[in-house]
Amino acid sequence: MESRRNVELTLLLLALVLSVGGYIVVGLVADNKVPAGSLGYGATLAVLFIGAHLVLRWKAPQADPLLLPGAALLNGLGLVMVRRLDYAAVLRKGGHPQAPSQALWTVLGLAVFAAVIVLVRDHRVLDRYRYTWLLLGLFLLVLPAVPGVGQEINGARLWVRIGPFNGQPAELAKIALVVFLAAYLAERKELLATATYRVGPLLLPEVKYFMPMLMAWGVSLFVLFFEKDLGSSLLFFGVFVALLYVATGRFSYVATGLGLFMGGALIAYQLFAHVRVRVATWLHVWDYYDGRGYQLAQGLFALATGGILGEGWNQGQPNLIPFASTDFVFDAFGEELGLLGVTAMLLVYLLMVFRGFRVALAASDDFGKLLGLGLVISFALQVFVIVGGVTRLIPLTGITLPFVSYGGSSLVANYALIAILCRISSESTPAPARSRAGPGPGGAAESGELTVVR
Amino acid sequence: MNRQIRRVAAVVLCAFIALLAAPFYWQVVVAGRLTNDPRNARTLIKEYSIQRGKMVVSGEPVAESVPTPDKLKYKRVYPQGPRYGMVTGFYSLVFGRTLAEERFNSYLLGQAPEQFAQNLSDLLTANDTPGGTLTLTLDPAAQEAAEQAIGKNKGAVAAIDFRTGNVVAITTFPRYDPNDLSGHDPAQIRTAWKRLNEDADAPLLNRAAGGLYPPGSTFKVVTAAAALENGVTTSQQLPKRLTYVPPQTRRPINNFGGQPCRSAKPDKITLPEALTVSCNTAFAELGVKLGADKLVAEAEKFGLNASLEYQLPAAVSLIPREMDPPATAQSAIGQRDVRVSPLQMASIAATIANGGKRMAPHVVSQVVANDGKVVKTFRPDSLGQVIPGDVAAELQQMMVSVVEQGTAPDARIEGLRVGGKTGTAQNAPGRAPHAWFIGFTSQGEKSIAVAVIIENGGDAGSEATGGRVAAPVARKVMQAYLGSGQ
Repeated sequence: MESRRNVELTLLLLALVLSVGGYIVVGLVADNKVPAGSLGYGATLAVLFIGAHLVLRWKAPQADPLLLPGAALLNGLGLVMVRRLDYAAVLRKGGHPQAPSQALWTVLGLAVFAAVIVLVRDHRVLDRYRYTWLLLGLFLLVLPAVPGVGQEINGARLWVRIGPFNGQPAELAKIALVVFLAAYLAERKELLATATYRVGPLLLPEVKYFMPMLMAWGVSLFVLFFEKDLGSSLLFFGVFVALLYVATGRFSYVATGLGLFMGGALIAYQLFAHVRVRVATWLHVWDYYDGRGYQLAQGLFALATGGILGEGWNQGQPNLIPFASTDFVFDAFGEELGLLGVTAMLLVYLLMVFRGFRVALAASDDFGKLLGLGLVISFALQVFVIVGGVTRLIPLTGITLPFVSYGGSSLVANYALIAILCRISSESTPAPARSRAGPGPGGAAESGELTVVR
Repeated sequence: MNRQIRRVAAVVLCAFIALLAAPFYWQVVVAGRLTNDPRNARTLIKEYSIQRGKMVVSGEPVAESVPTPDKLKYKRVYPQGPRYGMVTGFYSLVFGRTLAEERFNSYLLGQAPEQFAQNLSDLLTANDTPGGTLTLTLDPAAQEAAEQAIGKNKGAVAAIDFRTGNVVAITTFPRYDPNDLSGHDPAQIRTAWKRLNEDADAPLLNRAAGGLYPPGSTFKVVTAAAALENGVTTSQQLPKRLTYVPPQTRRPINNFGGQPCRSAKPDKITLPEALTVSCNTAFAELGVKLGADKLVAEAEKFGLNASLEYQLPAAVSLIPREMDPPATAQSAIGQRDVRVSPLQMASIAATIANGGKRMAPHVVSQVVANDGKVVKTFRPDSLGQVIPGDVAAELQQMMVSVVEQGTAPDARIEGLRVGGKTGTAQNAPGRAPHAWFIGFTSQGEKSIAVAVIIENGGDAGSEATGGRVAAPVARKVMQAYLGSGQ
């Protein structure tokens, strides 16, 4: 299907024009001239985007054609915003510019995208190393809690610093854990779906099959309690419950999951002052204006000031919001590009998410379906948690806005996520012939064999 | 499995719909409120990044924005210091805007609808749009003369070109310097603000437009107008008494110094004679005969009990609608509960001088874009023929007689026809009365009506009458205006 790739190329060129155009406008507004490096910048982005496109053409010609352009557009706009915020910061107090490092991470992100496409020739390969993924995921997750390695920044212990490297391993842990969960659930979905206990209106499986749920809950609580990372905790648990529901078709898991989550949240609320402060700030942001509510209030002021059309690139004051380039980047966009800009941005996310659902629906094997769905849910949930947080829809928890926020680990992890989705979609498209023939692990699960691996 | 995936997708879709609604709420539904929230520094920074328009008096800037190297790109300065603060108002980072800075803010920012075309072309050519320039109607010579004539006496002067309604001078003492409130240093601004607000003499108050005083005898022109409109003629002989005791009271009304009023006949007095010598007893009795309703109706024709139609904030001058005969008698001579602003009194003098046609007092005549194009003109605005032309002519003649033969010899100007009326208004027991003068004159194209008040009679103390203290101030303003920039 050549046309798929041609659509992708066209959309990538559009993303390129918007990204480079934004870059030039920011420079024009700041200095009244086209920035000196525009050509080089445009060329580099073009090489990166088109390079990724060629890798797909070469190694995954049937991959979904909208995921990469969506990511490229968001990434490109994110770069413009980071650079725009640099102008304000560097101008004002000679601060440390973030754009060069974000540009480097973009290169690395697309390299990882290409590497995943090239190295993972069939997503079912991932199934084979499921316990490696589990261990890797758990390791990355607890890393920030390790004294000496982890760092507490702004009340949450999300960061790891090893030598010059400095990142949020939870972003990568997310993908590893989704791979494990998809593999685990694809294999045992029938077992888990067998209800033996009835508790009130709920049908529950045997306790030993219920253990993974409790384990996932434990992991979430660990992240919440020891790393004070509300966002990641919610993300893991949400993905897990969604996968469990899809794999088993049992609503009882969703109900129990919600119950457990609420219990955990309630405990956290009672136990941790910072959680209570978060909730209070959410409910009464204007009363807390001079303290904890300042950042959110500034974000809302930014949105309001942007209005429908926005102030235009580099013509607002998004630098008044603390951490505008990371958690609050959405509000910064709201100020500069207005309601039209952020709505377009949300629709790009929605489009990518629904392409992701399509990938899961079309996947020819259970593992592929669950993997695709898990990745898509984690992506969508992340967008919901951070955008909902900075628009005061839900209490604020600091996580990155995929592809847009400043932050290397997030960018790399999300490119890897998109690459896996592309890989799954590429495998599933010439559907029937191939999936039935392949004797992969997914095929075994689909045939209904129950193998218990211990 | 696909069925479950579709269900999950539906839940995600709902979540995204909520996400789409959230920015809509902030950016559309409550955007106006948050944008104007005083804590939202964006609005201020944006305002200060625009070169706010100037205000000019005879081509000279009295308020302008100059570039600074600060985060706030422009600083508001008032080159003439306190002289025009009662018109320009201030433009403060901490305390917002007042007066012309506030009322004409959108023009000064270049954001009024009339300036839209200009903005659009600037947008397309990527030019920065400076705001519009306000041309003030004030006359620098008259303004300076008013300021100097009033000196260090608490009080106010308002002068109007009576044919157009243009305010040519308006001043107040004590004054404030808007520069003190308009810098970029919040601490300094707060200190100045505290000092100005704690000052018992209220230097931030423009007494000319915002001060309310009993008008005293200057109000007799209104009573005279009511009499003339209600059948009293200029030759009609009215009763003349040493003291007048209105019905329903035993408190008599006396003349100034307890003397009988000067008139041709021993026991009768005409309306012109009564006004010329400011005869309290005659006017009090006239007021009671006319009745409260007619007196109030006449006062309201001149603009009392309603907005003055000034372009800037102004106090509403008042006369009670319900009055018993004793109150009516006292109101007819401008005492009791009648309260007027100097600008209102200037407007009354102007209306009489203008043949009965009342003009809205204007202080901003036009808004000019930076390319010199006039984007908005505030044309002379007639509020109607409020008293008949012949009544106005008779009143003018009576007021000229006040200056030529009566209580205001100090208002005389050689070679000009000057009309006027003095006032000495009692205000608080044991305190010196306020000295008032209202008057008018004209020469060629130029016309002027003035009101002057010196609180508590200024330096001259309780012996002062309006004629001695206030009339010379008015004369100096008239002379300065008629002598300037021919």
